[in-house]
Amino acid sequence: MRPFRYERPGHLSEAVGLLTADPGATFLAAGTNLVDLMRLGVSTPDVLVDVRRLTSDRIEDLPDGGLRIGAGATNSNLAADRRIRRRYPVLAQALLSAASGQLRNMATTGGNLLQRTRCPYFQDLTTPCNKRQPGSGCSALHGHNRDLAVFGWSETCCATHPSDMAVAMTALGAVVRTQGPVGERALPLTELYRPPGDAPERDTVLSHGELITAVDLPSLPSAANSRYRKVRDRASYAFALVSVAAALEVVDGMVRDVRLALGGVAYKPWRAIRAEESLRGAPATAERFRSAAAAELADARPLQGNAFKVLLARNVIVSVLLELAEEQR
Amino acid sequence: MYTQTEVTLRVDGKEQRLTIDTRTTLLDAMRELLGVTSPKKGCDHGQCGACTVLLDGRRVISCLALAVAYQEAEIVTAAGLADDEKLHPMQHAFIAHDAFQCGYCTPGQICSAVGMLAEVEAGWPSVVSSDLEADQVVLDDAEIAERMSGNLCRCAAYANIVPALAEVAGR
Repeated sequence: MRPFRYERPGHLSEAVGLLTADPGATFLAAGTNLVDLMRLGVSTPDVLVDVRRLTSDRIEDLPDGGLRIGAGATNSNLAADRRIRRRYPVLAQALLSAASGQLRNMATTGGNLLQRTRCPYFQDLTTPCNKRQPGSGCSALHGHNRDLAVFGWSETCCATHPSDMAVAMTALGAVVRTQGPVGERALPLTELYRPPGDAPERDTVLSHGELITAVDLPSLPSAANSRYRKVRDRASYAFALVSVAAALEVVDGMVRDVRLALGGVAYKPWRAIRAEESLRGAPATAERFRSAAAAELADARPLQGNAFKVLLARNVIVSVLLELAEEQR
Repeated sequence: MYTQTEVTLRVDGKEQRLTIDTRTTLLDAMRELLGVTSPKKGCDHGQCGACTVLLDGRRVISCLALAVAYQEAEIVTAAGLADDEKLHPMQHAFIAHDAFQCGYCTPGQICSAVGMLAEVEAGWPSVVSSDLEADQVVLDDAEIAERMSGNLCRCAAYANIVPALAEVAGR
């Protein structure tokens, strides 16, 4: 691991300032991903600015009935929160299906959103990877790409975002709040991650020194009937091949509201807007669920090793929606 | 560059001051500098759980935790669970159920199990819980397996680890 200076500032503005002053500095939360990447030589910061206890770790009620999750809230505290379990079960399930009990006790909300891809080539210094070393090439495009993207990839990068939590938050319409060199802003989670395009080394639209301070969940009645289904190579403690976060509200057999996002298929959690639109106001039937899934997946561009993901995503979308519809009968 | 730093660590009830390289993990600080060898280095990537300790009562892995970042924490290792010569009930159960073979993963398993039972006591659900909102967890074998999936045992002593945990849970 490359030597680094450790800083633990007392204020957010100081933390932002430390990064602004040094292009080689980076924020440290729990470090469950960053420390590993530093040990592998993938990340080589010269200053670590510890923000683990700088941002709030509280989960607060918002006036509109939503919740504000402090960026420092751990994954386990968030999953155990009574309001999350009752009002946003899809988020509790997504969190609980990720990592291990030990890691969830450490990992923070902000850190989870900013974890890096687990593409094997990204983590292997002996192979070319545009995300790790811009311009070196993408080993995955014609290599081992079974775990990688079917949506939104480019010739430069076909990595997937590994978070489960972010998939549920995407379905729920979460908003990310940040503080940076030019002040505070709020942006929809669907706009946080940057398409690989010709600069896959940049995962997000955040500027250097811009820190996630909180995530807001809007009030969403349909989320009370929601769930997360994760398909993976073993029963526990593995990343998703495909995952589905869904919320469904059915009244008199018709879909009043539906929220749908896919994990393990793109550089970001994939909000299935097309499927959602085709289902609102439609009968909550298996046939309509199948055609909605097909509409969403029509644009999928699988790689040589992952065509199975398209079929898998379709089947999981349909089965989760059918289960949720059954709950409302 | 200032990469050496003084830290104070509290491990198994003992507070110790030492100078470390900022790169030192909690696991390496305990094993190499403090001589606390109960937490084990397995994968050193956060994937096997052999380095599990209790940090302020919560189970965490120590191989991806930088020592410099956890100076206020109360750290307890499996060795620190015993009350002098009197074994912790979880240690006793592991012996009684022959819940290990080579023993390398055992200190991590024991810390993880103690932390896990505290989570169950607090009513935390798992992904296999049928009712996310239930106040009480029904700790069946599937729940134990899911909740302990962060601790690998290459001897595959799971068949005896699960009953050891169930006994301490009062099942």
